[in-house]
Amino acid sequence: MSTPESVRVEPDELAQETTAEELAPLYRQMLAIRRMEEAAAKAYSQGGKIGGFLHLIIGQEAVCVGATAAIQNNDYVVATYREHGHAYAKGVAARAILAELYGKKTGAVKGLGGSMHLFDKKTNFLGGYGIVGGHVPIAAGAAFASKYRGDGRVTLCFFGEGASTIGGFAEGVALAALWKLPLVLICENNQYSMGTPLYRSLAVEDVSLRALAHGMARDRFDGDDVIKVKRRIGEAVERARTTSEPTLVEVVTYRFRGHSMSDPGLYRTKEEVEEWRRRDPLSRCRQRLVDLGMKDAPLDELEADVKAEIEDAVKFAEDSPPADEYLPYVIKE
Amino acid sequence: MAQIIGLPKLSPTMEEGVLVRWTKKEGDKVSPGDLVAEVETDKANMDFNIEDEGVLLKFLVKEGDTVKLGAPVAIIGKAGEDIAALLEQAKSAGGAPAAAPAKPAAPAARGAEDSANAPAAQKPPREATRPEQDQAGKAAVKPAPAARPGSPPVGTVQPAPTKGASAKPGQPAQTARPSASRLLASPLAKTLAIELGIDLRQVTGTGPGGRIVERDVRAAAEGGQHNGHGAAAAETSETGEAGEAAETGEAEPAAAPAAASQALAVRPARPAAEDTEADWTDTAASNMRKRIAQRMTEAKRDVPHIYLMRELDAAPLLAYRERLNQLVGDKVKISVNDLIVKAVALALRRMPECNASWQGDAIRQFHRVHIGVAVAIPEGLVTPVVRDADAKGIGSIAAEIKDLADRARKRALKVHEIQGSTFSVSNLGMFGIERFTAIINPPEAGILAVGAARDVAVVDKGNVVAGKRITVSMSCDHRVIDGALGARWLTVLAELIEKPESLAL
Amino acid sequence: MPVISYREALNQAMREEMERDPDVFIMGEEVGHYNGAYKVTQGLLQRFSERRVVDAPIAEMGFAGIGVGAAMVGTRPIIEFMTFNFSLVAIDQIINNAAKIYQMSGGQYHVPIVFRGPGGPAVQVASQHSQALESFYAHVPGLKVVMPSTALDAKGLLKTAIRDDNPVVFIEGETLYNTTWEVPEGELLIPLGQADVKRTGKDITLIAWSKMVWTCLDAAKQLADDGIDCEVVDIRSLRPLDVDTLAASVRKTGRCVITEIGWPVAGFGAEVAYQIQRQCMDSLDAPIERVTSDDVPMPYAKNLEDEVQPQVKDVVGAVRRALYLD
Repeated sequence: MSTPESVRVEPDELAQETTAEELAPLYRQMLAIRRMEEAAAKAYSQGGKIGGFLHLIIGQEAVCVGATAAIQNNDYVVATYREHGHAYAKGVAARAILAELYGKKTGAVKGLGGSMHLFDKKTNFLGGYGIVGGHVPIAAGAAFASKYRGDGRVTLCFFGEGASTIGGFAEGVALAALWKLPLVLICENNQYSMGTPLYRSLAVEDVSLRALAHGMARDRFDGDDVIKVKRRIGEAVERARTTSEPTLVEVVTYRFRGHSMSDPGLYRTKEEVEEWRRRDPLSRCRQRLVDLGMKDAPLDELEADVKAEIEDAVKFAEDSPPADEYLPYVIKE
Repeated sequence: MAQIIGLPKLSPTMEEGVLVRWTKKEGDKVSPGDLVAEVETDKANMDFNIEDEGVLLKFLVKEGDTVKLGAPVAIIGKAGEDIAALLEQAKSAGGAPAAAPAKPAAPAARGAEDSANAPAAQKPPREATRPEQDQAGKAAVKPAPAARPGSPPVGTVQPAPTKGASAKPGQPAQTARPSASRLLASPLAKTLAIELGIDLRQVTGTGPGGRIVERDVRAAAEGGQHNGHGAAAAETSETGEAGEAAETGEAEPAAAPAAASQALAVRPARPAAEDTEADWTDTAASNMRKRIAQRMTEAKRDVPHIYLMRELDAAPLLAYRERLNQLVGDKVKISVNDLIVKAVALALRRMPECNASWQGDAIRQFHRVHIGVAVAIPEGLVTPVVRDADAKGIGSIAAEIKDLADRARKRALKVHEIQGSTFSVSNLGMFGIERFTAIINPPEAGILAVGAARDVAVVDKGNVVAGKRITVSMSCDHRVIDGALGARWLTVLAELIEKPESLAL
Repeated sequence: MPVISYREALNQAMREEMERDPDVFIMGEEVGHYNGAYKVTQGLLQRFSERRVVDAPIAEMGFAGIGVGAAMVGTRPIIEFMTFNFSLVAIDQIINNAAKIYQMSGGQYHVPIVFRGPGGPAVQVASQHSQALESFYAHVPGLKVVMPSTALDAKGLLKTAIRDDNPVVFIEGETLYNTTWEVPEGELLIPLGQADVKRTGKDITLIAWSKMVWTCLDAAKQLADDGIDCEVVDIRSLRPLDVDTLAASVRKTGRCVITEIGWPVAGFGAEVAYQIQRQCMDSLDAPIERVTSDDVPMPYAKNLEDEVQPQVKDVVGAVRRALYLD
């Protein structure tokens, strides 16, 4: 059984220094992502208003929020099909995300992509991709273009540990290393590739070790502290920006929900999930804010604000007109 | 009306067959698709399915008889119908049991061929079932050799029966309709046949399985050998003067109001500046419109027309019509046009010189009288055919024209219903047209344009009295019908119309 | 007008476009220092430096995907597959990413990229290196698929493809590189999606693309001796397909043979046949014939290889069938 302690990468004492000013906005983002996904889960399971696949990131919010906090607006983010949080953290509005999940015209991609394919050019969110590992070369390509043009941008590429066995990952990493691309490869190791635990899918469970073969920088740490994620990813981002060198970063985390909405979760015990829930990055973060002197009133206000934002987004999605066109987006004239 | 059924073509290479067994009896009622007999062909024993509806009135061959392709094997019609004439015709057509040397090939040789061809015989033409090994389009499939394009294939046109003294060319309806089975023709051949006015039933296909292909139609057109009797195309020959039965109200004057409203459309007065695109509208011509354009142009260009007009006393005809309509009650409404069609048919029967066609090096006189009746439809013009109109009663002509016109407007006519006319009638009387001339519908040699019956003052025994007059204009192909001949024919017609009781004789 | 080779025409096209637009770069195996496995990129490295002529390791999925990502953010990559046989390991990038990103992003990101390289049967390199894969790509909405038959088309179509805002699969004829044609110097753009009548005739329409255009022209020449006048129409672009030009030709001739060098089952010619019967039903005098390769992986031995591939005699045979001559 996987417990937080058994897979701990490094002791908690190494918690990073921070301030309430830095942490509060990150907490707000994580909370908004969770509320947004809870609203999505409800619309999926109770109203039938969302169809298809719905992969929730609940439990892993600190990774996308912390990592995105380490980059600039014009840097690129490329993500998987479990990317609502990454899109939100990059700046895509909850309204656009939920409307997309609802299949509405006002959705992030006009109802054409759904949960797995959020894109947003304004915020340089280069998309959510549904073929495991197939997006790693895409991210390397964005980084290649940055180097080709010398625009100083950095690309973050998120993927799960399950992607580390597929060819797209292997080739993307190999080329990023060979051509020294300004890329940060972020493995969100949530310990299950769908229903298969690490020990049954990887001969070596430390994904970051793959960097060694390519002479690439690597890092590996726990993903339940959003500030730690921000700092450590920040180091890799800095490396990419200043020396145009890629880094393979593995962040150990845990998803509280199933792989998708149809996942009964029989491959793990309730006790295990409960154990991880006790280390919920959101409650940790809230406690940290209290420790840093944030009072109940502003915290309550923040949480009420998030609640209102998500309620508004749900209403927006509900009220929006249905998606209505698809032909103009096949071939660009 | 009873008709003769010929032996159908049941294999691509069949020339004769042995009627192995009748599966129906004389007197049985049959519907299209019913199995009536088994026929042994050069390939196999095949089913002979009838394509007509009616009662099998008479078998003309016995079981075991060898019969030439297309030769009469049975007469079908309504129960109790008089078939004496047909029996005579069948005999002279040389159908009947071929007292000929029974089976031509020695059984042994035939057996060998059969076994080689057996599978093919069960299948549609071979090209349609190219073997899988042929996936690259490479396997050699060798249907029967045929002529090259450019060199008109020999025997393209099915020869008219020559057996029997009284067998005449131009009487092919029974004999040259070889099979009641499906006509195999490529789409292009069908399109072309309409354009060139070729009756595909008169053309022998040289493609696989006897499929009629382009070269066959062209050869038929060039050779002029196609049976002109059947040659009318789908669209007829009026110059756009659409018309159907006068005064019947049966014909929707579909074309006319549209034309009228266009004519009436008021153009804003403009200074005499140049017209711009805003001043006209181009509407793409439909296929029907294009075909009409092509055929009319050809007819007007190639056929030397002369026009003969005559004013007739319409009063007796109108009175006769009145009486007839009282007799038939509500079942059918007989129109002036129905009577004129009948009169024209009888006039042609009496003067067959005008029931004819120019064939390049011959004048073909038709022995049957099939009248094309121009019907205006929204898309243009169709001329369905009343076959053997001379032999039909006025009531049945009226019913037939009504049915044909109704289906013409629904575009539901079958090809055979718009082909084969030998003379046409066009009537614009219901539009108040007094007189007009029509363009001939080749290969016919004449068309009668009928105007409205109108009230006129006439001098009768020195007194001016109210009378009814109708003007008919005959367009003649001068190559076939000289003025004097046409005039004589009009005289015959005039007698029939002015003494309409004779129409029933 | 200068007569140049197909290879040289492609080289000119890339050279001119790279000179015109600094965002155009070429990436692939052996494209730089080696001057291209088929020498199509000869001299480009010297002219443009390693930054724009990028030698990639053997990782088609990786560098095809890099091309897609780079195209999304504003560059215009030319990705060379040493042969299109190797595109199969990159097909996820082409079909799932390049072809779909414009749609998946709701029109926000487009992918101006050219995947190019030789395709179609080669000579005695056996089954894995000798096959026609265009039908795979022509199946996919979001892609354009171009296959030039002559040096002239190669240059004009490649330049247009490079400027196109969509992913273009540009398959060169592996056995056509040394063929020559008159090609004007300098700017030459041929629109994608326009078929080209390579030979006019009245008796029958032969439809082909790439190498088979040459086979059809040879067949037409041979048939002319028998008095058969063939029209040869080069599709040039499988997607978008210029059905109008094909249909106009078939309406004129009434007969049609569609040739392709690939396999018969679900080959692109089947789609062409469908489109033609749909549009030309009343003009057809004979069933549409197809000439394809045999339905087998390509054998190595020369005699077998020739037997498997569609040859002039096969086209001639199909023409004669369509004309009811055999």
